[in-house]
Amino acid sequence: MTSTVLDVRGVWKSFDDQPVLRGIDLDVEAHQAVVLIGASGSGKSTLLRCINGLETVDAGEIILDGEVDVTSFDTDLDIVRRRIGIVFQSYNLFPHMTVLDNIALAPRKVLGRSRAESADQAEALLGRFGLESKSGEYPDRLSGGQAQRVAIIRALAMEPEVMLFDEITSALDPLLVGEVLDAVRELKAGGLTIVMATHEMSFARDVADQVCFLDNGVVLEQGPPAQIFGEPKQPKTQQFLSRLPH
Amino acid sequence: MSGLAPAPGAAVVYVDPARRARVRGRARRDALVGMASLLGFVLVLSLLATSSPGWPAVQETFFNGQEFISTFPGLLEAFWLNVRIFLIAEPLILAIGLLVALARTLRSPLFLPIRMVSTLYVDVFRGVPTILVIFLLGFGVPALQLQGVPTDAVFWGTAALVLSYGAYVAEVFRAGIDSVHPSQRMAARSLGLSMLQTNRHVVLPQAVRNVVPPLLNDFISLQKDTALVAVLGPIEVLRRAQIDASSSFNYTPYVGAALIFISLTIPMTRFADWIQSRSRSRRRAGGTS
Repeated sequence: MTSTVLDVRGVWKSFDDQPVLRGIDLDVEAHQAVVLIGASGSGKSTLLRCINGLETVDAGEIILDGEVDVTSFDTDLDIVRRRIGIVFQSYNLFPHMTVLDNIALAPRKVLGRSRAESADQAEALLGRFGLESKSGEYPDRLSGGQAQRVAIIRALAMEPEVMLFDEITSALDPLLVGEVLDAVRELKAGGLTIVMATHEMSFARDVADQVCFLDNGVVLEQGPPAQIFGEPKQPKTQQFLSRLPH
Repeated sequence: MSGLAPAPGAAVVYVDPARRARVRGRARRDALVGMASLLGFVLVLSLLATSSPGWPAVQETFFNGQEFISTFPGLLEAFWLNVRIFLIAEPLILAIGLLVALARTLRSPLFLPIRMVSTLYVDVFRGVPTILVIFLLGFGVPALQLQGVPTDAVFWGTAALVLSYGAYVAEVFRAGIDSVHPSQRMAARSLGLSMLQTNRHVVLPQAVRNVVPPLLNDFISLQKDTALVAVLGPIEVLRRAQIDASSSFNYTPYVGAALIFISLTIPMTRFADWIQSRSRSRRRAGGTS
């Protein structure tokens, strides 16, 4: 039995008269990985930010777990954001805190966990992703791949129901992309629901349950990776995929 | 040369000895040239000053050794008042500056009055010369003859300094808050931290770190401006020098007062420079986004 965790319906969003999302529909089932592909500017990042309430929408609704509408004016976004984690392209770690404090801050302040409890949890997560030796380091001592994995752990520490990944490997040295993608793969294997914007097509083919091709603010084509990458129906999807380096 | 070189790939730092010698030699030569140039400059300046027609008179009036020795202890004693004014004013300035800067970042319409008062405060006290604020408060408030309100000149002089500098420091803090990249705020909010928690744990610590150098600058400025309280009459170092000078018709006490200020501000300035260069190099090493 599957259940819908995220239900995005007819979402519109513009910046300064520049339409970015033009009526997006998207369904995300529990424990699935949905990968958003499409050219830069097609609306992937904006969609993810709207889902997390970091951007307000102009129209439409985004229902979490069939009960909360993220876009409603009456929704407490602080509570929504506890349930939806997001990781950004540029890590955005807090530079004035150690790795451990970066991870433990929100569980302590938002979930009210004790210092010891949140530190134990952070250490355990660091261990799971092979970063136990970094807990006392400051972010400026980390490689890009390590920083991004810490950012993933930081979001994970809030135990979200859904994780959003916004081109998390785009700022990385090619040699470091693998370790970050492995972390995502491990989360997927652990059953986390994932929505991910990425340009890593082979990874999408590997891990995605659904691939959505975004073009000009709409989902132009959606399906299992085999179909999208194997026999795309839309000419624009074919065009986009054929332009990618192999 | 190359006969001495370690094998390629060896895990050592290797600099060709001949190159190292050349670099060292050049550094030595640069130091010598700098020294010589400085000496020449000082020589020319002092020659110019001492050969001027009025020099004997100036030397007698400003650099009188006898006068210096007899007035300097009194100046030092009076300077203690400047130090106390500074020590009391500085923490209050930091507190007011931070509060006003924070008030100006409040978004809720409920806080409109607080925001407006803060903005007005900064506009007014940044716009009026500090010495005028000292005059107005120091002579104006005691003249009101209000019950329970102090009439002490040092009190109102210090209060004026606090209000005047508080406005500047508020702007420094505000610049610091603005200097924290919006993505930091976004990351904190995305984790479910409230606006308040985001400010407290993520934005402010970084903002304060960013403004330590300009704040130290304002401290140095305040150290000197404690002398402005002299216009109200309390005998701090400048007033002391004035009194000494008018009783002997000799200006050496002013030079003594200047020396006292410099002996405090120069170490402070070097400290500020050091902090600044340290934070710059750290930021370069950090390269956080």
